Amino acid sequence: MRRKAALWIGAAVLAALALSAVAAPILSPHDPYAQRLAEGLAPPGGSHPFGQDKLGRDIASRVLHGGRVSFLVGFSAVFVSALVGVMVGAAAGYAGGMWDEAVMRVTDVFLAFPGILLAIALMSVLEPRLSNVAISLAAFGWVGYARLARAQALTLREREFVAAARAAGARPGRVLVRHLLANLLSPIIVEASFGMAGAIVAESGLSFLGLGVQPPEPSWGAMLAEGRDFLLIAPHLTLFPGLAIALAVMSLNILGDGLRDLLDPTQKR
Amino acid sequence: MRRFLLRRLVLLLPVLWGVSTLVFLVTHVIPGDPVDLMLGETARPAQREKLRKALGLDRPLLVQYGEYMGGLLRGDLGTSLHQKRPVAALLLERAPATAELALAAIAVTLAVALPLGVAAARRAGSIIDLAAGALAVLGASLPVFWLGPLLIIFFSIGLGWFPVSGRSGPLSLVLPAVTLGMALAAILMRMTRASLLDVLPQDYVSAARAKGLTERRVLWLHALRNACLPIITVLGLQLGAMLSGAIITETVFAWPGVGRLTIQAIAARDYPLVQGCVLFIAGIYVAANFLTDLAYAWLDPRVRLD
Repeated sequence: MRRKAALWIGAAVLAALALSAVAAPILSPHDPYAQRLAEGLAPPGGSHPFGQDKLGRDIASRVLHGGRVSFLVGFSAVFVSALVGVMVGAAAGYAGGMWDEAVMRVTDVFLAFPGILLAIALMSVLEPRLSNVAISLAAFGWVGYARLARAQALTLREREFVAAARAAGARPGRVLVRHLLANLLSPIIVEASFGMAGAIVAESGLSFLGLGVQPPEPSWGAMLAEGRDFLLIAPHLTLFPGLAIALAVMSLNILGDGLRDLLDPTQKR
Repeated sequence: MRRFLLRRLVLLLPVLWGVSTLVFLVTHVIPGDPVDLMLGETARPAQREKLRKALGLDRPLLVQYGEYMGGLLRGDLGTSLHQKRPVAALLLERAPATAELALAAIAVTLAVALPLGVAAARRAGSIIDLAAGALAVLGASLPVFWLGPLLIIFFSIGLGWFPVSGRSGPLSLVLPAVTLGMALAAILMRMTRASLLDVLPQDYVSAARAKGLTERRVLWLHALRNACLPIITVLGLQLGAMLSGAIITETVFAWPGVGRLTIQAIAARDYPLVQGCVLFIAGIYVAANFLTDLAYAWLDPRVRLD
């Protein structure tokens, strides 16, 4: 019961954040790019509830617009990762043999790159554009889905309903898409919610390092990087974008935990 | 054990080859010209040609790959374009700082995760368990590039307890280590709690209690020892996340390690150095995973027989 409540709280916070990102142009109290140099580093108050940055831009508006970048990149990266990973992994698990062995060795190599290191390496040679950030995150993100889908496919291919489909004359492609993929979606959905949290942190991390979205485009990570130089005199520059990242990641983690309990009771702790 | 060790070493070779090849492909085959990125599109053709030659990019790709792999086998990672020094020497200079930070972060992780995990498992379902669970969710959700500045605001600027940045004695290590260790502590705490909950109902735990051992002895010496296999696995696997977290943590605290060197190399468009740093970090990660496998086999003889 308590876990179900947590799931709903996570989903509600996430929905609120996602909706406010989508509706950012309507909800923003100010133009996120409008500079008022004379009001630079002003603390929260009046019509600027989160204060103003060094160029006098409204932080609340930039946090709202930054959410668009984070959610867009996070969703695109997870969608591409899951699509590629599930197709490759499920095909490897179902086909077995050489194809399976080859896919596993390739995933071994990708897994030898810790965290966002491969994305950092890719962004060091790619133009810092939104699409490239999503591509670089998907470049290492697909591996987890491939491993998961393969493990599921290995179990599912021995089940009676797959044997029945084969006996009924279904071709391997049809068995894979109609029978295997439909049955391995639950763990993939759980993985995707954790993956989205990871992608949002990774996107913010890349922007923080100057390898992601470039100024003046608002991004939570880039806003944190800008705030670093003013920690002493204007900590609000760092506080609010960081709070937005933490809220988004926490709600996705809670949602993932809840979905895992709901969809895969064997994993319940 | 020796056969297991040999088999794991043999399996390591293709992974290392794959990692070095992937790093080469990322820096040489991805669309976009590194020369353009380094000099900008307004550079004169002569300038571009000179840099292309200096980087060896004027030769066929296969020749470049052969020379790159040959260099790696000799321990030659190339020469930094900006610092004009061998990349390997620069990495070796910075590695102790990163090792120091990683070890301190692991110490923080264990100091936080084990007592909290044990307390949560001992009183599962209680307020302590709930609070530990909430702390774990919070710890796993705070990105290092936010937690770091928050700690600086409170403990360096507010209380003046620790230096804001740099590497100047033991005190300067505290905040970077806490920043880096907190996310792993959250994961490890949950793992410790879950593993202990699996182990606590076992007969040997009841037997230890029946012998009259104190609850502390039962938990820390008997139950935790048997619950430590999954904990070690998670610790080993999460070292990777810690290494990539170190890149950001070192940037936040101006910690002079390999992570900061990587970001400085990227900012300076020093591709041989970027390549060397990425290879170095991936190599350390592969070695850490290898050692985790060995530790696992050493602790649980059944693993060697698989």
